[in-house]
Amino acid sequence: MALVDIRPTVRRRISQTLIWIGALVVILLIALMADWENIRKQFLNVAVMKDLWPEIVLVGMRNTLIYTFISFIVGTALGTVFALMKMSKGPFSWFATAYIELFRGIPALLTIFAMTFILPIAFGVKIVGGAVGSACLGLVIVTSAYTAEIMRAGIEAVPKGQREAARSLGMSPVQTTLFIILPQGFRIVIPPMTNEFVMLLKDSSLIFIAGLTPPTKELTAFARDGLSTYGSPTPLILAAILYLIVTIPLTMLIGKLEKKLAVRK
Amino acid sequence: MSSGNLHPRDTPDPSAPPIQVVGLHKSFGDHEVLKGIDLTIERGQVVCVIGPSGSGKSTLLRSVNLLEWPTKGKVVIEGIDITDPDVNLDKIRTRIGMVFQQFNLFPHMTVLRNITISQEKVLQRSKAEAEEVARAMLERVGLSDKVDAHPSQLSGGQQQRVAIARSLAMNPDMMLFDEPTSALDPELVGEVLDVMQSLANEGMTMMVVTHEMGFAREVGTRLIFIDEGVIVEEGDPREVLSDPQHPRTQSFLSKVL
Ligand SMILES: Nc1ncnc2c1ncn2[C@@H]1O[C@H](COP(=O)(O)OP(=O)(O)OP(=O)(O)O)[C@@H](O)[C@H]1O
Ligand SMILES: [Mg+2]
Repeated sequence: MALVDIRPTVRRRISQTLIWIGALVVILLIALMADWENIRKQFLNVAVMKDLWPEIVLVGMRNTLIYTFISFIVGTALGTVFALMKMSKGPFSWFATAYIELFRGIPALLTIFAMTFILPIAFGVKIVGGAVGSACLGLVIVTSAYTAEIMRAGIEAVPKGQREAARSLGMSPVQTTLFIILPQGFRIVIPPMTNEFVMLLKDSSLIFIAGLTPPTKELTAFARDGLSTYGSPTPLILAAILYLIVTIPLTMLIGKLEKKLAVRK
Repeated sequence: MSSGNLHPRDTPDPSAPPIQVVGLHKSFGDHEVLKGIDLTIERGQVVCVIGPSGSGKSTLLRSVNLLEWPTKGKVVIEGIDITDPDVNLDKIRTRIGMVFQQFNLFPHMTVLRNITISQEKVLQRSKAEAEEVARAMLERVGLSDKVDAHPSQLSGGQQQRVAIARSLAMNPDMMLFDEPTSALDPELVGEVLDVMQSLANEGMTMMVVTHEMGFAREVGTRLIFIDEGVIVEEGDPREVLSDPQHPRTQSFLSKVL
């Protein structure tokens, strides 16, 4: 067979088309084999969806966002303090390192558990907000350990000359940090911090361990209730979609930001 | 951080030389970079420092405002020993302007804010006063039209002139320059040297680490050649450049001239 002389660009287009066709065939085969009637009844039960709406958003989703935002803001503030401590010299640095390694090294679930059950028993302290408050404190601690490392990396990425310029103008170490270093460090950490927010949003589902009352249930706990009430996984599917509505745009934003930052360098 | 009432220890003596370096040693670990430097710079002098790469020029300049802390020896600014830990160093640094090779403008601020922030935060000037000073300084370096620009929008030469304006806005008694034109494209060197020359003409005390022998010859009142952490030779720039006495000076100049 005489092989026709095909240009590389054309050849690439042909092979790409073949790959797409192949993928489509596989998806079609799987779709044909699936029991659609059963899937619809089980996973996408419209009656169940109607029953959950709008509480799944107004209670579950709302609580998830509240817990995430509060933990993120407090955790970031605390994490920044730990980052500065770690970069200092002496006992503060040592303490910050121990804290960061401890809470990055154990599962978030254990930290939340500790804050909810061990802390009140061991020290007799009562945390504002009861079980939910304690659980959020656990999330704050976990987040602060991760953001401390992100902030430290961001601050260290600010060129040394910036600090030197500020100090030679007579600014104190505190002024230099507040007005010159941190504002630049924050810009550098926007993409990893957005990533951390996405992780936290998902980790907020671990709060269930504190034992939540119906009005304080977050999205996953809310959906699990639905699972046992209706004996249908539809609520879980709905919850997954709601998580994705928040996380996918954020992940896309990270990609854009990273590209933008890379260009500026 | 009291700005109004100075401790007697922090009061400058106008009759003392602006910069005095006494028996200065500096080591980084085992590496001794400065091996006993003695240097007095009188008011209005323009002292140029030359020497091979790694000889300790930057380290010496950075020791003058204690960006590098000496291992041994003293730095005396306007009669105040600033290595005394009780001295208000931030206060003294406002009187020593410093210009870096890499400009080091604050990239997250406009040109105007670059020049006002330390006036407001350190000298406690009002916003209006600081902006007035900033505009005057920008006019002086010929960049009045760049008030609202960001540093990234400026050429290297323009950035360096903003950096000079930023230092001048603090009303310093002396200025330190660390290779201010080394990071610039050749065609932009002149505009920065012009600003430095006019500063010198106005009587500013200056210490300039440079490779610009033309500048040293025309503007410098004194030339210092440093090699391996010691001052090897110093004197009138024209004499040192045209008739170096020490063999190390001769060999260095034969390579760069
Ligand atoms: N922070 C530091 N830590 C360790 N070594 C340093 C540090 N700063 C400078 N040095 C070393 O000290 C020596 C002198 O450095 P310095 O920057 O003063 O030289 P220089 O004369 O300014 O050279 P150049 O012309 O290349 O700028 C060099 O060997 C350098 O590697
Ligand atoms: Mg140098």
